[in-house]
Amino acid sequence: MHGYTSRSLKIDLSAKTSEIIATPSSLAEQFIGGRGLGIALIGKRISLDYDAAGMPLIFSSGPLVATEAPTSGRSTVISRSPLTGTIADCSVGGRFGTELKRAGFDFIEITGTSDRWVMVTIEDLAVTISDAAHLEGKNVTGVRDLLGPEGSNAVIGLAGERQARYSSIVFDGHYLAGRGGIGAVMGAKRLKAIKIKGTLPVSVADSAGLKEAREEIMRLLRASQAIFGELGISEFGTAALVDLIHARRMEPTGNFKKTFYDASSSYSGYTLRQCYQTKKTGCRGCPILCKKVGNKGEVMPEYETVSHFGALNFNNDAAAIVEANRLCNEYGLDTISAAATLSCYAELENRVLSPQEMLDIIAEIGGMTTYRGRLLSQGSYRYAQAAGRPEASMSVKGLELPAYDPRGAYGMALAYATSNRGGCHLRAYPISHEILRKPVATDRFSFEGKARIIRIAEDMNAVIDSLTACKFVFFAASLEEYARAVSAVTGRTYDMQSLLKTGERIYVLERYLNSLNGFTSADDDLPKRFFIEEGSSSPNIIVKPLNRQEFLSARSNYYRIRGYDAHGLPTEALMERLGLGQYL
Amino acid sequence: MKRLIDKYTGKLTHQGLAGAENITLLCLDAEVTANRPLTEVNPELLRVFDLMNINALLYAEPEEPYKSIIRHLATREKDRLIPNDCENRTFLHDIPIISDLSADTLSRVLSRRKAAIVGAQGIISFGTVSPEQAFVSFSSVCFSTFVKFFTDVMFHLENLNAGKLQRDIALLEAYEEIIKFIQPAFPACDAISKNPPQNESEVVRQMIVAGKELVERRLVDSNFGNISYTFGDNIYISQTGSSLDELETCIDAVPLDGSSSSGITASSELSAHICIFRKTGMRAILHGHPRFTVIMSMSCRKDWCDLSTCYSSCSQDRSVSGIPIVSGEIGTGPSGLFRTVPEAMAKNRAVVVFGHGIFSAGIDSFGPAFELMQSVEKSFILEYFNKIRGLI
Repeated sequence: MHGYTSRSLKIDLSAKTSEIIATPSSLAEQFIGGRGLGIALIGKRISLDYDAAGMPLIFSSGPLVATEAPTSGRSTVISRSPLTGTIADCSVGGRFGTELKRAGFDFIEITGTSDRWVMVTIEDLAVTISDAAHLEGKNVTGVRDLLGPEGSNAVIGLAGERQARYSSIVFDGHYLAGRGGIGAVMGAKRLKAIKIKGTLPVSVADSAGLKEAREEIMRLLRASQAIFGELGISEFGTAALVDLIHARRMEPTGNFKKTFYDASSSYSGYTLRQCYQTKKTGCRGCPILCKKVGNKGEVMPEYETVSHFGALNFNNDAAAIVEANRLCNEYGLDTISAAATLSCYAELENRVLSPQEMLDIIAEIGGMTTYRGRLLSQGSYRYAQAAGRPEASMSVKGLELPAYDPRGAYGMALAYATSNRGGCHLRAYPISHEILRKPVATDRFSFEGKARIIRIAEDMNAVIDSLTACKFVFFAASLEEYARAVSAVTGRTYDMQSLLKTGERIYVLERYLNSLNGFTSADDDLPKRFFIEEGSSSPNIIVKPLNRQEFLSARSNYYRIRGYDAHGLPTEALMERLGLGQYL
Repeated sequence: MKRLIDKYTGKLTHQGLAGAENITLLCLDAEVTANRPLTEVNPELLRVFDLMNINALLYAEPEEPYKSIIRHLATREKDRLIPNDCENRTFLHDIPIISDLSADTLSRVLSRRKAAIVGAQGIISFGTVSPEQAFVSFSSVCFSTFVKFFTDVMFHLENLNAGKLQRDIALLEAYEEIIKFIQPAFPACDAISKNPPQNESEVVRQMIVAGKELVERRLVDSNFGNISYTFGDNIYISQTGSSLDELETCIDAVPLDGSSSSGITASSELSAHICIFRKTGMRAILHGHPRFTVIMSMSCRKDWCDLSTCYSSCSQDRSVSGIPIVSGEIGTGPSGLFRTVPEAMAKNRAVVVFGHGIFSAGIDSFGPAFELMQSVEKSFILEYFNKIRGLI
């Protein structure tokens, strides 16, 4: 199989054994790689608890990884979320995907629970499971210092060790498999780190065809203001969005009580660049280089992080935001859930946290060193529910919402609700057309047509995460161009529609697997606040509460378009049509 | 969805791209909505929705001259057209040609490209987000085939006169038929102010008026082209993908000192506009794609040229009717036009970009910039037909 190594790795941490297996070609054909392949591999094991020995933790590359295709250095981590109980998948940058593929593997499936802390070392098909007692109790930098600079590594900090429910796996120091608490799955297995290095070749069926596809994509990227423009994310990182979302009056502020924070320029992309003299860096194989690092090596936060540690917590101290981001990277915590849990805590405490208090509580959560830290490490929903105020958790399916207020983008409202992994902006990414005008602009204050748009985009993003490419490229290019790239790499014929069909298969399977854990339409809903409270309007931009009936009507249309039943569940006929009958 | 269907059906007719009776525009959310009763819609078009994960489908027989142009091009080329203009080489890549309107064939080609020519008489396109995508692709095919036809005629005659090939009788007969539909008119335009705006709201108002006139006079097609005005510390510029006749809510105010990135939604030519202002001090800048300006910009085929790089890196010092022609790609890449156009604008108030379009500027109002763009198109039309007459 061109584009694949045809080999994968199974590791059993209970037995401390590893086995090289043939990558199932039928799964690669049906689910491509990355997220799709991982979801298919987990299958019905999704009903196991996240910390059960049998629960797999999967690291998966895709066919484009380690090729000349733009943004081809990503990989995906898949398991069950300790935070939400849904499927969990995280697309992650850095070098890990490339090293995994060059080490000779398409994916690694890890099961079992070790009786002591261990680490896994992989180099060109050779696998070692070794004692990691010397790494226990260390945060990310401490572990990485001992692992050395070669290759790539995936590490958990104290938050993952102690199974904070939104702990992350940290790749190469500052690329996080962030959402859903997948770090706690690694912690439950007592796997502290994976170190991986590869030098093996990756085969491409049609190098000339791939070069042509790459040039088509690059021409579109160069023409994109959002990517390579002087105000784009290549220049400022995703913090470029601060000013835009602020201007659109949809920046979540004060635990989503408001949608406008007048001090947001204090942490904008421009301000961070001025203050920290940032330079570009990024994932292996990426021409965009959206990651920004300060002149003293400070890692600049992403848009979601600056906005949530900023506006969501009424904090205009950029240095505190950068430090909060550093702490989260050190402990291995999802910044969105951490910041949103803090703002939920502040609301229930009826006060505003000072920057220093915010940093202190992050450390308490990351290390689970205090009662408050342990309480808040469970996420905003469990915390607010225990306090008798579940409505104060601004989450969907228990996953805290990111930094786009749904009252300012109705497609985003629907996409948050229908997302298979909970309140996530990346499943359908409607910000692309509702805010960034790509591929064309849609009316952000209307549900008209959004049900089908969201369904198509969910399918598309499932494909992107399975290839595994970067979503930012799709502000400029489309599956039309990427179908040419993946066809050239694999030697199989793909087009936009065949890829979208695969995306549908992945999305519906995820939905079905969630249903095995009891998720229904009742979980596809937004916090009440959005239906009863206004946002922060200006004379030109009116931010009304969402109309409940319009939302429910759009959701109902969405189920119908998906082929789900009235409870929002895939029917047997749909599963059979998509070739998913074996999962029933 | 009906609102969007009416909007884009109206645009197709108003811009002379297709007659209302020849348009089928379908949108799908939970139900199909159309610009005509579904009983009158070809069932094969409806069946495309079963085969493709899309939400809009547009099929129409274009108006003249596009109808005759695509008939000729589709007859001559076998399975696809490759645009000659730079913008559509980037956007469309190529345009497949198919012979039948069956759902299976349509879904096969539209799974690979944004639009196709059907049966030498119609154009089909689609959207996954909005019918606007279908409209933009349709309009782009019309523009692109127009430019291709007239450049192909020019190149053929140049080669014929150089003794490099035989006379293409079909092409030249088609040319004689098609030029009957070309009746350029350039009435005076009084709507655009020759006076500088005095405040921000006046800036926006003048931009809205200038944008509408550019579309009305066919100096831009679909959502291409852009417009800016520098006032105070900001450059006001049309947003990316905005239709210049609908700028009311599509203008970004971008601080010149770069202190806000809210203009991340600005036109992809923001850098070019800023550089032109900085280089020349001219505040009112228009960028359009007048057709014969684009065609004549490619009127240069030297034997030693690598034609694949003319768009990005032509080293020749060229001009047509005294207007400089420079190379340069869209956006901010290493061969981006923001590197070439501002330099040329320092000596001229209008500069043409090879295979792409024209930038024109006024010191402090849009009136002179608009008149200049229109006069360049007018002189390039004369230049084109004089050249063809000479070659024939």
